[in-house]
Amino acid sequence: MITTIRLWIADKLPAWIFLAGLLSIWQLIVAQKWVASYLLPSPLQIFDTTLEMWPDIFAATLSTAQSILWGLGLSLIIGVSSALIFFSIPLARRAVLPFCIFFQTVPIIAIAPLLVIWFGYGQPTVNASAFIVSLFPILANTLTGLQETDPQLKELFRLYKPSRWQLVFKLQIPSAIPYIITGIKISAGLAVVGAIVGEFIAGGGLGSLIDAARTQQRVDLVFSGVFMSSALALSLVYTINLMTGLLFRNRPYLRKQ
Amino acid sequence: MSSIEVQQLEKSFSSDAQALFAGLSFTLDSDECLCLLGPSGCGKTTLLRLLMGLEQPSSGTIHVNPALSAKMSYVFQEPRLVPWRTCLENVLLPLELTAENNPAARDRAVELLQKIGLGDRLAHFPDQLSGGMQMRVALARALITQPKIILLDEPFAALDERTRFHMQDLLLELKARLQLQYIFVTHSISEAVYLSDRILLLDNTGAARDIRSLPFKERNQPLKLTPAFNDIVKEYSSLFSDMEDSMKKSNAAQSKQ
Repeated sequence: MITTIRLWIADKLPAWIFLAGLLSIWQLIVAQKWVASYLLPSPLQIFDTTLEMWPDIFAATLSTAQSILWGLGLSLIIGVSSALIFFSIPLARRAVLPFCIFFQTVPIIAIAPLLVIWFGYGQPTVNASAFIVSLFPILANTLTGLQETDPQLKELFRLYKPSRWQLVFKLQIPSAIPYIITGIKISAGLAVVGAIVGEFIAGGGLGSLIDAARTQQRVDLVFSGVFMSSALALSLVYTINLMTGLLFRNRPYLRKQ
Repeated sequence: MSSIEVQQLEKSFSSDAQALFAGLSFTLDSDECLCLLGPSGCGKTTLLRLLMGLEQPSSGTIHVNPALSAKMSYVFQEPRLVPWRTCLENVLLPLELTAENNPAARDRAVELLQKIGLGDRLAHFPDQLSGGMQMRVALARALITQPKIILLDEPFAALDERTRFHMQDLLLELKARLQLQYIFVTHSISEAVYLSDRILLLDNTGAARDIRSLPFKERNQPLKLTPAFNDIVKEYSSLFSDMEDSMKKSNAAQSKQ
């Protein structure tokens, strides 16, 4: 136990010291008025603002988190199932996949106004925006995972004349799980971006909070919003790690990246 | 009763390559255990895969007695364990795929694993086992279906000497107790002599030397120390090296042309 703690400290301590140093220098720069505080508020000021505005910030964070979860959840369901369809029907893959890639290359900021037209202002547009950006990595990773099933294992399974479903559920999907997990992690980061961009245009959540603070020249509040969104992204990745760890706690191979 | 009849067998992997086996024909009786011996590249593994139906012959026929064809089992050169399944689950895989998995089968699998010295590793994953242990699990997986014929591709090459002897004796025991017939590929002449009733010595010109009726009635490890045994091993070794020399010569002649 003590060794574990010691190892953990040895691992994490440098980053914490670096962070403390950075914040101190930042505080010093602003306190010495080397940079005007309306351009760069001090860390303490940002902290005070966050405390003061906490109910609003918390509500905005919650709303953004909801949109992220909607988008990511939908991406997971639709991404994995369409990867399964593309995998089983090569013709569908050849016909549809090129357009999925096209969709992926169009910037979300360009699509967002369209989404507002279709879904109106508010959360549905934000959900859709988070969904669109997070769909492709999950789909592509799942498809790769399914296609990269070890041919030697496939041959082994063939010895026992499995049904198509046995092959899918006992071999191909388990083979793809590490890829799906990687896909979810990539998509999680993108879903945060998608949600905030959606909120810039459709309103609500941290995106709208940041945008409103910008128009009011509240740089400190902009910083609060930025920090909250990155905290949101970090805790999302952490939660995903925790959940996959728990889900596959008895199957170490499946959580190996 | 014959178990396998091979007639005029030829196999080529591409149209311009020389065909393997050049019309090999042989009939295997149901009480004969066969060893395929020969220098690297002579097609031992290919012949074994043809017998199992993992490859199709380019010409000629392979006829397996219909009473036995559903009772064939195969051990690959590598363990090919499913990495996310435990030892026990790997052994039970064939029964799961053929829907014969039941508590009695589980008991049999545990018993098998105990027999090959892995009774304390039931819940271990393949990457927690040594190469030799993995190979033994693969052997147990091939035996769980209670085959009548088992085809083994250099199954003991990765094992340490003591375990190898133990596994050899296990095969002999299964042969005596369950009338299990085995066909195996090996590089070891002494293993070939010890385990088989009949040896098919292959070379790449297609001439297969069929060596029958090895004179040992009782087989046990001390047999390997007797002069009679060693004389035969010596005799076959010189046959083997003659064959390798002529192969080298013909290869050299071919490359000159």
